[in-house]
Amino acid sequence: MRRRNGNRRTELVLLAAVCAAVLAVAYGLGIFLPAEALEGNFLQAGQPPSLEHFFGTDSLGRDLFWRTLKGLSVSMAVGIAASLVSAGVAVLAGLAAASGSKIADAAVGWLTDLVMSVPHTVLVLLISFALGRGLLGLLAGIAATHWCSLARLVRGEVLKLRACHYVALSRRLGKSGGWILIHHLLPHLLPQLLVGMVLTFPHAILHEASISFLGYGLPPEQPAIGIILSESLRYLSAGMWWPALLPGAALVLLVLLADKLGSCLERLLDPASAQE
Amino acid sequence: MALEARNVFFRYGKRGPWVLEHVSLSVERGERLAILAPSGYGKTTLALLLAGYRQPDRGQILLEGKPLPKKGFCPVQLIWQHPEEAVNPRWRMGKVLEESGKPDGKLLQALGIEPAWLERFPRELSGGELQRFCVARALGSGADYLICDEISTMLDGITQAQIWKVVLEEVSQRGMGMIAVTHNRHLAGRIADRILDMERDPESHGRT
Repeated sequence: MRRRNGNRRTELVLLAAVCAAVLAVAYGLGIFLPAEALEGNFLQAGQPPSLEHFFGTDSLGRDLFWRTLKGLSVSMAVGIAASLVSAGVAVLAGLAAASGSKIADAAVGWLTDLVMSVPHTVLVLLISFALGRGLLGLLAGIAATHWCSLARLVRGEVLKLRACHYVALSRRLGKSGGWILIHHLLPHLLPQLLVGMVLTFPHAILHEASISFLGYGLPPEQPAIGIILSESLRYLSAGMWWPALLPGAALVLLVLLADKLGSCLERLLDPASAQE
Repeated sequence: MALEARNVFFRYGKRGPWVLEHVSLSVERGERLAILAPSGYGKTTLALLLAGYRQPDRGQILLEGKPLPKKGFCPVQLIWQHPEEAVNPRWRMGKVLEESGKPDGKLLQALGIEPAWLERFPRELSGGELQRFCVARALGSGADYLICDEISTMLDGITQAQIWKVVLEEVSQRGMGMIAVTHNRHLAGRIADRILDMERDPESHGRT
């Protein structure tokens, strides 16, 4: 039984590493892709998947595999930015709760409720539109809407920890507020924050794709999953299934990988399963 | 030179019923007092006040004639009733002990704490094992007064006896003052020089 548990932990570490590695490779390939790979060639327009073009080509003769990779890396950049911003805001909200100031805490709680009460998609659309669309508008829109649940989590966690007996006891043993923050609070908060960040990532990517799909996000010349999918709809009735299916599947795979990475980290960092 | 409660009043919130009224007591260093009362008499609340976790609404808690320090090390240390809530679940037990200073090997041995346990997480130990750590932590802090809030209530007889033996030995050796809060009259008779019965002694308690 003991050995089986030891293996499970190793398995989890390996799984998390593989997920992270695949994500990193996909991102790297997309970033360092030479511009020629994305150029169209009308002689090869509308080809189904083959060894030469894994995902086939679109109606302009552009290789869909490379286009998808490029699109995924753009999506990942948006996802990473949104995760970082939401983590930053969540920490601020947590600190507001930890400071003991009722006004600061109430203000953060009110703002969180306000943002959460508006459907994400509508809010992202409005912000992105107001900032002139494009990558910047989309980034700002998604970053501004995805911090709420993580902020709530961190705030709740800080409030719970502040009331813990062992924190009160630490204070009575003469430990300073900073010492308690570093030794008692952060070891609880960091894993939550990390897991929350990784789990925000797929959420943000899906929003990026759906807003681009609706035509309010990235410009049409930009290779992005949402753009590829919305273009593909026009050719679906002509029997071109690959521009919709394969990039869509790649997006789903990316989201699943990030989600798996998040849940692996969660299990590894939680003391209830840390020693298994 | 004592730990004193002078005419202490306390209630939770601003409008709640009084939990403690007219409570006065005093314990010298080297003296062992047992506070005896059934459930709901504010025993734990009194322990929290005496150790400085909460402030009385009226009256004073005085240590050597002065109020308890609000910041920094408090020479009155409380051992909680539920050890699993008094240790950080993310710390290994070694770190839990070190929070109050370098652990004393002899004391750990006397308490029956095995060296291998220092590497464990709290959830991997039983309540009795955890309570030994909490006792070691409180004794290791160098406190002058020890407040024991029902520290052995949930333990079996043998563990109770073992823990109390060590606590009493250390307390008398170091000349510490001790207040044990309990609802067990027999235990109170065994461990204390003096018993304060909150139920029978209405002078010390408003609710009769």
